[in-house]
Amino acid sequence: MIQVQGLVKRFGYTVVLRGVSLHIPEGQTVVLLGPNGAGKTTFLRILATLLKPSAGRVRVGGFDLAKESHRVRHLLGYVSHQPLLYPDLSARENLRFFARLYGLFHPENRIDELLERVGLLRRADDLVRTFSRGMVQRLTIARALLHDPPILLLDEPDTGLDPHAAAMLAALLRDVAGSGRTILLTTHNLARGVDFADRVIVLAGGKIVADESASHLTSSSLSELYTSAVAGGRA
Amino acid sequence: MRRFFSATWAIFWKDIRAEFRTKDIFTGMFIFSLLSLLVFNFAFDLRVSNVRQVLPGVIWVSIAFSSMLGLNRSFVLEMDRGSLEGILLAPVDRSALYFGKMLGNLVFMVAVEVVLLPVMVVLFNVNVLTPSVLVFVFLGTVGFAVVGTVFAAMAVNTRAREVLLPVLLLPVMVPVLIAAVKGTANVLDGGTLLEQGDWLRVLLAFDVIFLAVAFMMFDYVVEE
Amino acid sequence: MSRLRSVFKGVAVVAAVLMVVNLYMGLIRAPDPSNLQTEVTRKAQHIFYYHMGMNVMAGLGMSVNFLASLLYLVMRRRWLDVVARSAAEIGAIFGIGVLASGSLWARPTWNTWWTWDPRLTTAAITVLLYIAYLMLRNAVEDPNRRARFAAVYGVFAFISVPITFLSIRLWRTIHPTVFGGGNAGAKGSFALGPTIHQAFVFSMITFVFVFLAFLLLRVRVAMLEDHVATLREQVLIRMSKGAEV
Repeated sequence: MIQVQGLVKRFGYTVVLRGVSLHIPEGQTVVLLGPNGAGKTTFLRILATLLKPSAGRVRVGGFDLAKESHRVRHLLGYVSHQPLLYPDLSARENLRFFARLYGLFHPENRIDELLERVGLLRRADDLVRTFSRGMVQRLTIARALLHDPPILLLDEPDTGLDPHAAAMLAALLRDVAGSGRTILLTTHNLARGVDFADRVIVLAGGKIVADESASHLTSSSLSELYTSAVAGGRA
Repeated sequence: MRRFFSATWAIFWKDIRAEFRTKDIFTGMFIFSLLSLLVFNFAFDLRVSNVRQVLPGVIWVSIAFSSMLGLNRSFVLEMDRGSLEGILLAPVDRSALYFGKMLGNLVFMVAVEVVLLPVMVVLFNVNVLTPSVLVFVFLGTVGFAVVGTVFAAMAVNTRAREVLLPVLLLPVMVPVLIAAVKGTANVLDGGTLLEQGDWLRVLLAFDVIFLAVAFMMFDYVVEE
Repeated sequence: MSRLRSVFKGVAVVAAVLMVVNLYMGLIRAPDPSNLQTEVTRKAQHIFYYHMGMNVMAGLGMSVNFLASLLYLVMRRRWLDVVARSAAEIGAIFGIGVLASGSLWARPTWNTWWTWDPRLTTAAITVLLYIAYLMLRNAVEDPNRRARFAAVYGVFAFISVPITFLSIRLWRTIHPTVFGGGNAGAKGSFALGPTIHQAFVFSMITFVFVFLAFLLLRVRVAMLEDHVATLREQVLIRMSKGAEV
């Protein structure tokens, strides 16, 4: 589903990604871990078509990212810690707007369904600027799911959420993951990594330093893996 | 094609609707224009005998500077929340984003003018609401919206932000300012619209040429 | 890089030689034009060879910037951005030179340092456009974005110049037109005898070489700067890795 070969990304003179290669098959849930500055956000943004690679090839859903980014965008849902929503519009208006952009011409049912699913149906007509952070994140996920994308990219979606909201989010994500979607999630929360994923990848210093199946990992063994991988990656 | 227009329209309406709720842009632009009229009054001593001569310049300077406020604001709002990215994520032609934004900016500017011009009629006792004047006002405003939208999208992304937009925009807008002021002055002096063929042609040429250039160049401004 | 250096050296030598000859031809060999009235205006006319020369440089600067900007947007090669920026810098500086030398000439001839006549005004606006271009470059941190934004602005700026000129020309001009035709009432037009003509043509050619020399030099410096920055980045990385052990 997602194929990355030799991905390099430079910002000016700083090299953030130094030749990342991986393959994520359809339906897999991958958790991407790594210290700050490792390049996780950059990596996700490139996959989301928000950034262009400096070198390397990326194919998403069979389409080349550089040449057919238009088609790739149909396949992706992206959630970042920035809301990407309009505070002066209501939840429903926001979703309607994005639905139009994705070419969904009669989205009302879908919008209601999604609002219900993320637990915001009652607040559908309230302006987003009145929402708490947890509610904003939930609406952002609804937005990402509008066009029912087969691939979901989430960049530290639990940042700034209180434990209750984070738990709601986790439940929501588990629910979403179940439907055969390919999911790539970055987080600092190691426990979630173990809980949620099929596969754990650690990114440090712009390179992949660990890539394990999550089935045999526990919270503590993951912690060890992470620490040693990151230390190794800096050498 | 349908998707393109649909996206343009969606973006346009989104800006209008959001603006309706807060009225930030409109109020800011309008108050600024009023204040600039006030300042001009003191600067040029706009009592009866001078008025007609100075008025075209006053109109256009007010429009020029208040439009820069509006242009900046419309992109600042997008940038601060990262919401521009929400649009960029979607399979939408970047030019649709340009058109939607440009039309939104145009509407804001026209809305301010719709209120400002009658105020000027009252304050200066000169009828600036003739069709001929309005044609010039409209064509000139289109010029500002067409070029200003592109430059605002760039300026907002820089360190200098609001300070940079006038620096970038005004030298390029000179033909519009000249043609609009001259044309407005001539029709206020009693000339007919048809006699201003030269100036109209300059404005139309500017608007059309730069619309085409902006259409081609905007992609490069928003892509990363 | 070393090839660039050799080319630059070659062009610089040619330009220097030409300039020396040009100074001779313009200031010494070329006679004072016969149709001008006062001693001062006749002497001042010699500025013309350098004024027009700098005009050529400014014009080349603009054109090269436009081409390089367009090509950059299509091809995304870094050297195109370097050339665009260098051309804009040269264009801006020599544009200011045009205005300054024009003023020096204008004072005795028109009895004023400046007028708002179309050509001068367009020239002034053009200089402002390129200064705005440089300010835009200065305000963007990321090099890729800087190159893109600058290229877009460069395209807009270049296209606006003819429209600006035409719109200003709908007013009368008092700027002398050298090549026949134009406004007979323009003050200060001078007759183009053969020696003057020669000096003039020679001057144009000289300044083209001077432009090339400056451009090559500036591009070289910019590329060296890039190189240094890349090396510095590499050193920093190596140092930070070493420190981890």
